[in-house]
Amino acid sequence: MDKPLTQNIHPDHDFTSLADYQKTGGYRGMRKALTELQPHEVTQQIKDSGLRGRGGAGFSTGLKWSLVPQKTSDLPDFQQTRYFVANADEMEPGAFKDRLLLEQDPHQLIEGIIIGAYAIQANIAYIFMRGEYRLAAKRVTYALQEARAQGYLGEHILGSDFNLEIYLHTSAGRYICGEETALLNALEGKRSTPRARPPHAVASGLWGRPTVVNNVETLCNVGHIIHYGIDWYHSLGLGADHGTKLFGVSGRVKHPGLWELPMGTPIREIVEEYAGGMLDGYQLRGFLPGGASTDFLLPEHLDVRMDYDAVAEAGSRLGTGTLIILDDKTCPVKMVLNMEQFFAQESCGWCTPCRDGLPWTVTLLQDIIAGQGRMEDLDTLAGLTRMLGPGHTFCALAPGAMEPLQSALKFFREDFERYIVGNNDELEYA
Amino acid sequence: MARIQIDGQFYSVPEGNNVLSTCLSLGLDLPYFCWHPAMGSAGACRQCAIIQYKDEEDTRGRLVMACMTPVTDNLRISLNAEQARQFRRDNIELLMTNHPHDCPVCEEGGECHLQDMTHMTGHNLRRYRGRKRTHNNQNLGPFINHEMNRCIACYRCTRFYNEYAGCDDLQVFGIHNNVYFGRFEDGALESEFSGNLVEVCPTGVFTDKTFSAHFTRKWDLQTAPSICVHCSLGCNISPGERYGELRRIVNRYNGDVNGYFLCDRGRFGYDFVNSSKRIQHPRIKQRNACIQTAKEHFHQLLTRAKRTIGIGSPRATLEANFALRSLVGETNFFSGIEDTEYQLLQTVSQIIRDGGIHSPSMREVEQADALLILGEDVTHSAPRLALSLRQAARNVSIELAASALHVPSWQNAAVREIEKQALTPVFIASIGRTRLDDIALDTYHGSPDYLANFGFAIAHYLDSSAPEANALDADENKLAHTIAAALKQAKRPLIVSGTSCSSLAVIQAAYNIAKALPSPNRQLTFSLPECNSLGLALMAGNDLQQAFTAIEQGQADTVVILENDLYRRAEKQKVDAFLETAEQLVVIDSLKNPTTEKADLLLPAASFAESEGTLVNNEGRAQRYFPVYPAPDSICASWQWLLGTMENSSWQHHDDLTTACAQAFPDLTAITQVAPGADYRVKGSKIPRQPHRYSGRTALHANIDVSEPGQPTDSETPFAYSMEGNMAQVPPALLPVVWSPGWDSNQAINKFQEETGGHLREGDAGIRLFEVSGTLAWFNGIPKPYISEPGVWEVMALPHIFGSEELSLQSPAIAQRLATVCALMNPLDAEQAGIDNGDCVIISDLSGASLLTTVIQIDTNLSSAGLLCITAGHPKFQALKMGMQVTLRKFNSDSEVGS
Amino acid sequence: MKQTAEKSTSEDLTALEIQEINAIINHYEDHTSVAIEALNIVQKHRRWISDSTLKAVADFLQISLAHLESVATFDNLIYRQPVGNTVIHYCNSVTCWMLGSEQIREHLCQRLHVEPGETSADGQYTILPIVCLGACHRAPAALVGDELKIDLNTDAIDEILKR
Repeated sequence: MDKPLTQNIHPDHDFTSLADYQKTGGYRGMRKALTELQPHEVTQQIKDSGLRGRGGAGFSTGLKWSLVPQKTSDLPDFQQTRYFVANADEMEPGAFKDRLLLEQDPHQLIEGIIIGAYAIQANIAYIFMRGEYRLAAKRVTYALQEARAQGYLGEHILGSDFNLEIYLHTSAGRYICGEETALLNALEGKRSTPRARPPHAVASGLWGRPTVVNNVETLCNVGHIIHYGIDWYHSLGLGADHGTKLFGVSGRVKHPGLWELPMGTPIREIVEEYAGGMLDGYQLRGFLPGGASTDFLLPEHLDVRMDYDAVAEAGSRLGTGTLIILDDKTCPVKMVLNMEQFFAQESCGWCTPCRDGLPWTVTLLQDIIAGQGRMEDLDTLAGLTRMLGPGHTFCALAPGAMEPLQSALKFFREDFERYIVGNNDELEYA
Repeated sequence: MARIQIDGQFYSVPEGNNVLSTCLSLGLDLPYFCWHPAMGSAGACRQCAIIQYKDEEDTRGRLVMACMTPVTDNLRISLNAEQARQFRRDNIELLMTNHPHDCPVCEEGGECHLQDMTHMTGHNLRRYRGRKRTHNNQNLGPFINHEMNRCIACYRCTRFYNEYAGCDDLQVFGIHNNVYFGRFEDGALESEFSGNLVEVCPTGVFTDKTFSAHFTRKWDLQTAPSICVHCSLGCNISPGERYGELRRIVNRYNGDVNGYFLCDRGRFGYDFVNSSKRIQHPRIKQRNACIQTAKEHFHQLLTRAKRTIGIGSPRATLEANFALRSLVGETNFFSGIEDTEYQLLQTVSQIIRDGGIHSPSMREVEQADALLILGEDVTHSAPRLALSLRQAARNVSIELAASALHVPSWQNAAVREIEKQALTPVFIASIGRTRLDDIALDTYHGSPDYLANFGFAIAHYLDSSAPEANALDADENKLAHTIAAALKQAKRPLIVSGTSCSSLAVIQAAYNIAKALPSPNRQLTFSLPECNSLGLALMAGNDLQQAFTAIEQGQADTVVILENDLYRRAEKQKVDAFLETAEQLVVIDSLKNPTTEKADLLLPAASFAESEGTLVNNEGRAQRYFPVYPAPDSICASWQWLLGTMENSSWQHHDDLTTACAQAFPDLTAITQVAPGADYRVKGSKIPRQPHRYSGRTALHANIDVSEPGQPTDSETPFAYSMEGNMAQVPPALLPVVWSPGWDSNQAINKFQEETGGHLREGDAGIRLFEVSGTLAWFNGIPKPYISEPGVWEVMALPHIFGSEELSLQSPAIAQRLATVCALMNPLDAEQAGIDNGDCVIISDLSGASLLTTVIQIDTNLSSAGLLCITAGHPKFQALKMGMQVTLRKFNSDSEVGS
Repeated sequence: MKQTAEKSTSEDLTALEIQEINAIINHYEDHTSVAIEALNIVQKHRRWISDSTLKAVADFLQISLAHLESVATFDNLIYRQPVGNTVIHYCNSVTCWMLGSEQIREHLCQRLHVEPGETSADGQYTILPIVCLGACHRAPAALVGDELKIDLNTDAIDEILKR
């Protein structure tokens, strides 16, 4: 089986019920974990599988679980209770993978949560879902009822000592809620500004207690890994990373879409074969490999493999694995402006460079596009990309926002300059 | 200790603190906004960027925020690396994109941390061409102005207000660069500590509204070190004057006492000094007289007198009280406090002196890890102490964060995140709800007798040799055991009590509990009624009733009353009789009041801002205040009036009085060391009260006289009414204002502390008069519970921050926040009496004479039956005294007509 | 902390709203955490959150009104101003922008005679921009009420508005 995550997702039926899910092996991973494995053994298997977070940061999932303090008698009371959270706050511009998993095969997520919660000995888990995913919320709610009725949630699951409740929490908005610690603040009914680390959420997260937060797609892998084993999982990847990944393409290609492919599939294969190449009359000018907060890559990077390290080596990030295509008739300056407007609007307002630097970035880009730019504005923009860089701001939002800008300044500088010197031929871009 | 390297220099510094705080403690300049030594790090403003190097070989380093970086051994950093300087400059540029640059009309100008930091980073060129976002402002009540356009979103205001002060009506709204710090809607800020926003805000968003009414730049204000006179805590303040008018109060840092913060009564209560009720001239038989005539008249009265008695005051200084006592003689000196309170204060002073239990400073209060408050609503009786107690409530989570998570206390948000899971055991036993209930693990409500009995029970559970209390019911008993267990386990348990309940038993119970605690670090503190209550108690004297008796029985014919409105002390008939019977009545005071109205000779006294003297706070700490500006020619300090009439006295100066007072009372021996005497000089000069940039001295009075009058001289203190003199190396007790090159704002205090947030160099001001010694026997006066008679209520006059204190009430801003006039009743009582919430009632004494009419508010937290709670000292309730028995009758407008 | 909301005497919330909030109130360690879900529930019934509704929710949960407003103004899906029967959230993030979200917005605004953020005169529709709806492969997209609409063009908009 080479497409574990999407095996139940077919164009002809749009929802996988518990019965459907079980037909293809669903909940067997959970059964194995709860009846045959100790919690730490589950964690070890996930660690050994090499599964890395699919939300964008790529942190080892098993390692994250293993950092939750062991339940020993000398552990302080507040760490005896722990929480498990599924991050279903997909909001990265260009990303549309988690919605598919949530809407069409919610049990796969639920199984992953049960296994993860068992591994860290959490008795309550939350699915933190963005408010706009109304259909996903309905389907997940239904699936939770099915799982509860089946005895997969509640007390003494499968006759074990393990109890678990999963609650769906629908958010009321904001991109920043997808940031792990901001999400915890949102769940606590606070303003979702990120938190400083240390402490990491695994030691002190939700209401101060040890908490694991995993992305939806990450968790969808978990049941399969436990069920089919590590060797099987390793066999799925093509490059350094293991397993499969949902890759998507949007923009002016013939068949925009989403496909489950081995980790490490070359970009060219995704763009040209699966997405069918560019629409007639359009040329590929560049692309963002993993959503709006990743650096542009150029056609010369088409042979890069889509895994964490290879994309990083090429100068960008795998991010969400959903590519956004820049065609030759779209103005890269305006495209960057659109993304910077998004980031400026979604800045939580906590730290200075992000809060005040992003709106300035937007003003500068608007000035340039309106023909009121100055050459030194490009230096100012470049300065801002450094100023708002990694480690300089409180969280990764602003550095992410700078990735498309800094690479656009590098690769498409003439487009910026043309606006400034005033001979930008508007007709060139439709 | 860690050895660290900063820009090539090696330093040995404590490990574990953050790098920003450490750099500032080392005297280095590093700009910051969101960090505050009392509130820890937030990481929001990103202003304190530095370069951190991995090791000796690392040449590039990486940019980190100093406030979020812990000091570790072998840390190597640079403040001066160009990349860091550039970042800090650029960060200011970003903060400034929306700032209105309205410094010339901004009241923060000249003492603005944002100005200082902008200057420090060298940002001076504006590149941003966009529009500035603007905001509407709110009316936040009589204390605070709001100008949101100046905001740089450092989040200090909400962090102070919500987290440090525990109040939630000020919040941040909106998101991204459109964040708004304000209230849900216009209205007075609810916190009793809102004034600190003025100093916490690094720019001019929150400014002092009372100061606006008579605004002067910081550099034009004349100042001297002073002590707040509005409660017993003795917070250190810096009053500012211009044109003979007191313009404002700001915090004066004292690491042991008030730290960085004041309460709103202390900050905004000053305007009584400028009040139209000030007595401007001596008055003989209600007619103005000149100083000389008044002095002579005073002398004649005393010469004529058969026997003169003196009535002192808990709001007058040790020196003034001592001068009066010396004038009339020890046996003729009365403390001017009614007998119950007198007894309470004598007991408290006995406990502090001989009780063998540490009386903590507020800094020490903040270290407590378990606490019981017995009988006080501290926010109202000793406001600043409540802020310290609130910090103590965090200690268990701070310790847990360190032990379980290795998170230092300055990682503010992380520590607060586990607060809910690890609370310091705080218990409050009080008459009704208190403003600290939100930090309490559990509360107990009852009448003073019940509270005392409950306290005695806890003491007995802690130590079975302590006397047994009357039986408690099952729930109370369980709670008493819980409290005893929590206090027993604590390393630094603290008992807080005070005089608010007017109950000796409550104070004695508090002592028994403290005495029963096993920890050697146990602490006991009392909130007392006035700024020198303890000082006066230490001078003994007799209680007021004895003075009344002396006059009534004709043993004396002349009375000298020092700064004391007796109508606040005793029932009107008694005071009337006393004042009318006395043949000659001399009153020395600063504001007109019912007592001054009766004076045959009225001597106008200088206020705290125009005079000097020593006060003893509730801790037993003696502190001195100094005149900020000279009193008008027709007004003298109380001690001067008294000294001036003493024949053949060798005492010429205030220092002579202090010395004599120290010699007269063994407890007060140390008061001479509170501050250097009048002959103290810094490098040969007196200490200037005016900043070096004080402007307009030659023209200040040009509308009166074009020639420049000589500067007033001051022979009583080490200060000069001048801008000349040396400001460097001034000892803390004489430090009028903090100012350091490049640091025009109050944040310059960094330059005067041993370490940020620590003690002042050369030690914090003030001398503790008592250290732990002796022990007292168990108190065993366990009260019989008060059983109310049906239809009879006992008056509980409870303190209120805005309304109970005599002087601050005369300040317009405080008067605007005056407590709502109503009496509180328990719901069961109200039901039995057929009274609904909001009903108007007539209150009568037991003889049936009606005293006043008021509105009743039903308070579900008032559990004890038969109590009628009113605001103590409130002018409206003058006719009701603590403990009075009264009856109630519903006010029926129809039947009252024509009656 | 003490769980006291059950006996709150808030008069402003309906029995149904209270029932729905009470169904989730114990999913969290404290009442502050219930804030957003409670607002979601009440907004579902009332379309938007007025000042008095906000107060009712704060009273019911016994949390600070200012805190609730602080959170409500941070999040973008809590409507603090009246909205129409159906809110049309058109996506304006990068792929939809590239593939015509500006035309979608213009067409919507023109048809309804409104600007983004406004409600049509008949109270039927409110037009608001929204960030990426996770349908980039079928851009441009919009959320019409609870329904995700994809592959939008002016005809599709006309079709939506016809109903």
